Amino acid sequence: MNIKQQDSRLRGNYILGIADNSLILGQRLGELCGHGPSLETDIAITNMSLDLLGQVRSYYQYVAQLSGEDKTEDDIAFLRLEREYKNVLLVEQPNTDFGYVITRQYFFDVFHLLLMQELQNSKDETLSAIAKKGIKEVSYHKRFSGDWVKRLGDGTEESHNRIQNAINDLWSYTNELFEMTEADQQAAEAGIGVDVSKLKEKYYNEITELLNEATLEVPETKYFHKGGKHGVHTEHMGYILADLQYMQRTYPGMKW
Amino acid sequence: MSEKEIKNLEEIFEAKIARDEKIEPKDWMPEKYRQTHIRQISQHAHSEIVGMLPEGNWITRAPSLRRKVALLAKVQDEAGHGLYLYSACETLGVSRDELYEQLHTGKAKYSSIFNYPTLTWADMGAIGWLVDGAAIINQVPLCNTSFGPYARAMVRVCKEESFHQRQGYEIMLTLCNGTPEQKEMAQDALNRWWWPSLMMLGPTDDESVHTAQSMKWKLKRKTNDELRQQFIDQTVPQADILGITIPDPDLKWNEETGHYDFGPIDWDEFWQVVKGHGPCNKERIAARVNAWNNGEWVRDAAMAYAEKQENKKVSKAS
Repeated sequence: MNIKQQDSRLRGNYILGIADNSLILGQRLGELCGHGPSLETDIAITNMSLDLLGQVRSYYQYVAQLSGEDKTEDDIAFLRLEREYKNVLLVEQPNTDFGYVITRQYFFDVFHLLLMQELQNSKDETLSAIAKKGIKEVSYHKRFSGDWVKRLGDGTEESHNRIQNAINDLWSYTNELFEMTEADQQAAEAGIGVDVSKLKEKYYNEITELLNEATLEVPETKYFHKGGKHGVHTEHMGYILADLQYMQRTYPGMKW
Repeated sequence: MSEKEIKNLEEIFEAKIARDEKIEPKDWMPEKYRQTHIRQISQHAHSEIVGMLPEGNWITRAPSLRRKVALLAKVQDEAGHGLYLYSACETLGVSRDELYEQLHTGKAKYSSIFNYPTLTWADMGAIGWLVDGAAIINQVPLCNTSFGPYARAMVRVCKEESFHQRQGYEIMLTLCNGTPEQKEMAQDALNRWWWPSLMMLGPTDDESVHTAQSMKWKLKRKTNDELRQQFIDQTVPQADILGITIPDPDLKWNEETGHYDFGPIDWDEFWQVVKGHGPCNKERIAARVNAWNNGEWVRDAAMAYAEKQENKKVSKAS
């Protein structure tokens, strides 16, 4: 492998670590379409799914191009093995109830925006352009999910308890967002990627502030889950992929 | 109000409609006009949101990213249509909650077509092509209907529906230009959706109870049978381009009438589905009721939070 190929592979791996989060979260949100608590939230959640999948297409098209092989965005989205998906465990967590949906979203959005804000400075022009476009979308996502955390937290006793439960459950998946994989490390050193470990303090400060405002408690646990970034997922992932890949696996090699 | 005064108002009202002027929510209108519009507009709104379900069934399984995004956007459009149709309906003095209640208890109807299952990806094509195609034929005349909010909502609905229809046809075209398996999938979808689509244009004229009054109020411009013929005449050549066969052995061009003749429609099936015994009636309503019930605590929280914020503002101000 020559240097150029090595560089492309590095970038490709790095990008998958970002893009797969959007894919799996976009897929999860897609499950909710038509089942929201109101038409307005239904439309908003579908919007976020659409934004995320739009970002995924830009990333994967770029990864396909970098691969130097005859690959398409769909090959990357649909035809990998579970271990080859690099999303964090947080985004694959199920739509248990609206409290979980909002908490998962908020925990991801705060990170996502911090990431995009840094990624726009990437030396890689394509990544920088995707990030710049993404900032607008993700800012809106964070506003939506953050507002709902406040509403549910400081709404009724039931909503408070429900979202507190979701926060307690999902908290243990937040730390993985800041884990630096080898691909992350190399990309950060090359000025292409973001050192996410440096976003951690800001992230937890911001979340703590909003949870306080929402009369919610910040969990005290020191135990966190990880694995997704290395392709070791939760038991949910296989089912997500069974849906996602159904058509491509059942009818290989066809155009749709 | 005296009988004479009412009669006078009625005359002004009828004259307005005859001059093709719009009736607006604050205008006087006969109670029957109001009730008919609540019925029709809410039925239409319900159809949009129940209609999200059969297509929503394929969002997680769409075969490509492009198709997934397009399908999500389409189903989202339907939610949007539901939203502004409910809003149009609310101008007639009924709340969205009341309308939901009518849907959930089975008092209000929605288009029967959505009680059929979506079994393959080709159904996303067939629904766009045929179901949205039939819907457009039903709906385009409503852009000129007499009730202002409905007419204005329909202008936007029709634009988007027409986009959906082309999108559906393009799915069919891709399948029909694909592998034999894909073409077979397209044919199978046409076979299953053809007759229910014809039924969407409503019962035959002699069975249709609302036609005469609706024509007068411009809620209808053509009869069900005329609309059905228009749909068939327009769709048969499209099936020919796809190279798939409409499942009607009696279908043939009639030189004399300049229309296609077609075989008998199974109205027993139609009434069975309308009366709640179609393949998915129970699932569709259950899905709506679940979404509503599961969302109750969320809506309550939003109300409670808004109230608290309002109180804070008031106490700050004082």
